[in-house]
Amino acid sequence: MERVENVTKPGVRMDEKPDGYEGLGFFATSLEKVVGMARKNSIWPLPFATSCCGIEFMATMGAHYDLARFGSERLSFSPRQADLLMVMGTIAKKMGPVLRQVYEQMAEPRWVLSVGACASSGGIFDTYSVLQGIDRIIPVDVYVPGCPPRPEQIIDGIIKIQHLVETESLRRRDSPEYKAMLNTFGIE
Amino acid sequence: MQTIPELMEVSAEEKVINTLKEKYGEEVLHIESPYNFLTITLKKERILEIIEYLYNHAETGFKYLTSIGGVHYPELNQIAVVYQLHNLVTNQRVRLKIYLAEENPVTDTITSVFAGANWMERETYDFYGVNFKGHPNLKRILNVDDMIIFPMRKEYPLEDQTREDKNDTMFGR
Repeated sequence: MERVENVTKPGVRMDEKPDGYEGLGFFATSLEKVVGMARKNSIWPLPFATSCCGIEFMATMGAHYDLARFGSERLSFSPRQADLLMVMGTIAKKMGPVLRQVYEQMAEPRWVLSVGACASSGGIFDTYSVLQGIDRIIPVDVYVPGCPPRPEQIIDGIIKIQHLVETESLRRRDSPEYKAMLNTFGIE
Repeated sequence: MQTIPELMEVSAEEKVINTLKEKYGEEVLHIESPYNFLTITLKKERILEIIEYLYNHAETGFKYLTSIGGVHYPELNQIAVVYQLHNLVTNQRVRLKIYLAEENPVTDTITSVFAGANWMERETYDFYGVNFKGHPNLKRILNVDDMIIFPMRKEYPLEDQTREDKNDTMFGR
């Protein structure tokens, strides 16, 4: 019997096998690692694209950059079946409650990727009508900088999300800390 | 070649001005034509009547409302409401301007003449706080409902005031 170690790092790896024990005809590891691996490679994103970052996202989904390589080719246009909310573009204050409702409709576990300067901070739109970053209304897991970011950067953001998905504890979403964090956004 | 004054064609602009002055000469405050766009400043009281008159009159026939907008003049303490009308048959356009007091800008709605004025007046209310008397549904149209300011008025800053990471030395605010 041989102990297999695979240190989880963000990035593309060919070897996807988690840590565990392996012998003739068997492989033993923890449930958490198996679930993490499965989730990581089947993230269903919900594209919330409002402007030019959305165009970059379309390129990311296209044949050239091909997000399908990372198991995310199946977009979900219903928040109820989505794992990852990708907010790409300027969010006007009037759209804020809509975005929040979309987030609330997503089932746990759920992740949020904020793509581009506008979604992350309001960007160049330092004005009364624009939300100065979506993290004012919903929690964000990964920020992708850029105006707009190139598809490579979006893919990098997805890989960072994958890392979070893979290494997240199965109990995290039930923890009081997580609930307290949601409560700071006024989400029950 | 000698031109005979009697046979000279009256320009389209003059036709509009003459038609307007025929009945509402006392209402006209100022006429100009910046960038060849006939602009008539009127007294504010009878604007609805005048627009209706220009709509129905055979000479003018302004049956299309291009837009309604507002302008804030803080140095005059006034808010202007600007109407752009269009005669689609002769392709003649006119801009009508009225000035309202800044502290309580009130004027009549023209939704009885142009149904399309409904949203334009809501927009003008939304951004400048102009109160259109008789409007069927005068509420905000573009901004969030709980906004308490009229953002295009000059006394309100353009920038979002809740940001802490931007300051005057770095961003020229």
